[in-house]
Amino acid sequence: MPATTVTAPADRGDSPVRRAGGAPAPGRRRSGPLARIPVPLWLLLPAALVLIPLFGYPLYQLGLLSVLKFGQPQASGGVPTEFVGLSNYTDVLGDEQFWSVLGQTLAFAAFCVLATLAVGATCAVLLTRVGRWPRLMLMFGALGAWAAPAMTGSTVWMFLLDTNSGLVNEVLGTQGHNWMYDKWSAFAMVAVVVVWHSFPFVMITLYAGIQAIPDSVVEAARLDGAGTVTVFRKIMLPMLRPLLVIVVIQSVIWDFKVFTQIYVMTGGGGIAGQNLVLNVYAYQKAFVAENYSLGAAIGVLMTLILLGVTAVYVRSLRRSGEEL
Amino acid sequence: MISKRDNRVLRQGANTAAVVLALLTVFPLYWMVLSALKPKGEITSAHPRPWTFAPTLENFRNALGVSGFGRYFVNSMLVAVVVVVVSAAVAFLAAVALSRFKFRFRTTVLIMFLVAQMVPVEALTIPLFFLVRDIGSVAPGFGLSSLGSLMLVNLAFSLPFAVWMLRGFVAAVPESLEEAARIDGASRFTILWRILFPLVAPGLAATSVFSFITAWNDFVFAKTLILDTDHQTLPAALMVFFKPDENDWGGIMAASTLMTVPVLVFFVLVQRHMVSGLGGAVKD
Repeated sequence: MPATTVTAPADRGDSPVRRAGGAPAPGRRRSGPLARIPVPLWLLLPAALVLIPLFGYPLYQLGLLSVLKFGQPQASGGVPTEFVGLSNYTDVLGDEQFWSVLGQTLAFAAFCVLATLAVGATCAVLLTRVGRWPRLMLMFGALGAWAAPAMTGSTVWMFLLDTNSGLVNEVLGTQGHNWMYDKWSAFAMVAVVVVWHSFPFVMITLYAGIQAIPDSVVEAARLDGAGTVTVFRKIMLPMLRPLLVIVVIQSVIWDFKVFTQIYVMTGGGGIAGQNLVLNVYAYQKAFVAENYSLGAAIGVLMTLILLGVTAVYVRSLRRSGEEL
Repeated sequence: MISKRDNRVLRQGANTAAVVLALLTVFPLYWMVLSALKPKGEITSAHPRPWTFAPTLENFRNALGVSGFGRYFVNSMLVAVVVVVVSAAVAFLAAVALSRFKFRFRTTVLIMFLVAQMVPVEALTIPLFFLVRDIGSVAPGFGLSSLGSLMLVNLAFSLPFAVWMLRGFVAAVPESLEEAARIDGASRFTILWRILFPLVAPGLAATSVFSFITAWNDFVFAKTLILDTDHQTLPAALMVFFKPDENDWGGIMAASTLMTVPVLVFFVLVQRHMVSGLGGAVKD
């Protein structure tokens, strides 16, 4: 829907717009410099008051920290901070561990995205083919997994996978097997939890998308002799494309930033840090190794990578006709 | 051509697959509640059974009494409720601005809200830790180890998504309604509060779920900013159950259940609006 211009009629002093800004202008109509500020800016003011100091400023500080020497002595105020230029970045980029963490972050995120999409899309298609009760059951099951906090999802799966009293070992007859010991096994188990948490979003979004395709379009194609595969490729896929783009990019962003599951399930990054992902790596560098500026530099690099993803996102939103 | 019989077989297969997937999906939650109700002996048993004949509330009593989970629950609830209410109000106003007005930098502001959703907020713990520490020397109510700091931080991080999602709901309300009210002489406040607000209320409910989740699930900020146990919230407090030698799984599962139930209730209450809301958030 196009947002048309609403020309503001004379403002009354008691409008929420004024109050939101905390600037009373009792009784007066359109007087003083405050009245000249356009209405939308008043409406955006509360959000700005929250986001500028608590989001914008920390973001700026993150950038600032990354070019300073800032460890425990500086944090406690005993030693003055020192500008060191890009040396934190050269430290990070020169560290072999960073590259291996970056590599496994990308591999982990890619795997989670593909698995989430595969499971979510399969379930979405399944939902269109089943009776009322199976559909409701799957919907509610998915809702439960979606609602479960990342923390409790992690603890439950840890218990299921527990070496001694876990159900998985009991069922598979592998008592005493530690699923979190091997690096890739541990990553796979965390991925299971991440997919369990995030496939419902994909399923429900795509299901809504498929439902929104008019039956008449599909029928017309069938009358023209299109088979199931052709209908899927030439009708469903193009019509679902915008939704698919959104779902893929949202998943990329979430899975690239997974923190809680890794932190909790692998105990802060696994044995000797074998299960670190960038997010946890930055956190550990800052708060465990107390090298805050190095952690900040990793944070900035992560933000830059995600900004790249966002740019792709904005472009595809534009192309799919989203009015920005 | 697929025969009618084949069709029925296919449908039966799909039905079975859906039921199996549903059970698999919900099983971890069942296991969590079940284990929370199991007596100690059954939990540490090397042969866990998917049922229990001796359900007990002992684990809940331990979690709430001995480990003080009642307090963490209240802390979590306080933070989440404040975040939900304030975030809804602030996001509503911002969403109206972004979907009802055309102004300079509108696209820029919109893209900033989008970009804000992508920022790895965990990395922001580093500057926020020092910011909150400094705030604490001026206003202890918002300093380290205060619930106020968690409220502010979670408010900031739930807001961009809430605005983005609400925008779709506001845009879906026909403008003619506001037009009519304006012609009838309604003030801008009346239009916002009496016309737009009730119509967007389902959307606000759906948006609130996500703000609630952001605040309720927050682990990293609670862990970083709250240094004393009295002001801890559930996710970070859950970590105290983990011991290097032997985890108290009964306690962990009871605490996890306590933590999951409010979100589940919230989800079920607003699930109808949520799906349409996501549709609105991702595509008008």
